[in-house]
Amino acid sequence: MNVYLAILVMAAVTYLIRMLPLTLIRRTIKNQFLRSFLYYVPYATLSVMTFPAILSATASPWSGLAGFVTALVLSWKKKGLILVSVCACAVVFLMELAIA
Amino acid sequence: MRDGIPIMLGYLAVSFSFGIMALKAGLTTFQAVLMSLLNLTSAGQFASLSVIAGLGGYAELALSQMIINLRYCLMSCSLSQKIDPQAPFFHRFLVAYGNTDEVFALSSAVKGPLSPFYSYGAILVAVAGWTAGTFLGAVAGSILPARVLSALGVALYAMFIAIIVPPSRESKVLRVLILAAMAVSTVFTFAPLLRDISGGIRVIILTVAVAAVAAWAAPVKEEMP
Repeated sequence: MNVYLAILVMAAVTYLIRMLPLTLIRRTIKNQFLRSFLYYVPYATLSVMTFPAILSATASPWSGLAGFVTALVLSWKKKGLILVSVCACAVVFLMELAIA
Repeated sequence: MRDGIPIMLGYLAVSFSFGIMALKAGLTTFQAVLMSLLNLTSAGQFASLSVIAGLGGYAELALSQMIINLRYCLMSCSLSQKIDPQAPFFHRFLVAYGNTDEVFALSSAVKGPLSPFYSYGAILVAVAGWTAGTFLGAVAGSILPARVLSALGVALYAMFIAIIVPPSRESKVLRVLILAAMAVSTVFTFAPLLRDISGGIRVIILTVAVAAVAAWAAPVKEEMP
């Protein structure tokens, strides 16, 4: 298997998946169900991708959980993206220091 | 571009480990970086390594990418409604390239119509982080202590949370939706049989199911933001 050809095949498939809906759907969708569906998609997909995956993103599920809770609390208080991310990372780091 | 910085940090960590794994799978540093630059898809690239290393065929490779990345199709459908209708059409071809989970997350958080130039800023920072991380991981797999790498692993997820949680303060529907989505995702990750469904397909099935139920139970009445 030629690695370069493999990379091109992957890139083509991935690009088409991203490009076709963006270019084919030019008009505003009128159907209320579809509009609502698309409105909810980001929330649904980000939630599904975040939990429980966050528990296995770090060295220990406990530090992942600590990072998760930190991010929940700070974002509920409407802190910015960077602050939430940095604090969650810091909590994970400190938690793992404490466990070890 | 500023909003893209957490993405870059998270990407650096994830692509760093991708760089390490790519070399283990037999790719050269150049091939690994090229793959990152052209594909820009974490789950897809990790999955491709096992196909390439296992000497699977091109068809298998294409199919696995399609299934794992099908979620982008949903995201692009959603973006097609969000992108500024006044912007020239060719922008859509470029924005499509960088529509990753994280860039999409940022784009949907924008209030009002999405300017393609906002996307370009985020994409630029994201691509820089993703390819630089791949390069660093491939070249020097052991320069970062494991503890730092582990802590960076949480950055992307924290960013996702920072995007979905604030709007849910004002909307009970969103609060319920987020909790329900995380709950079913947990069930599908651990329950017997259901856990055999691959990650990419799980995300698609659950996204469609959760968003459809929400759209049916609580149709959005006002103009979409």
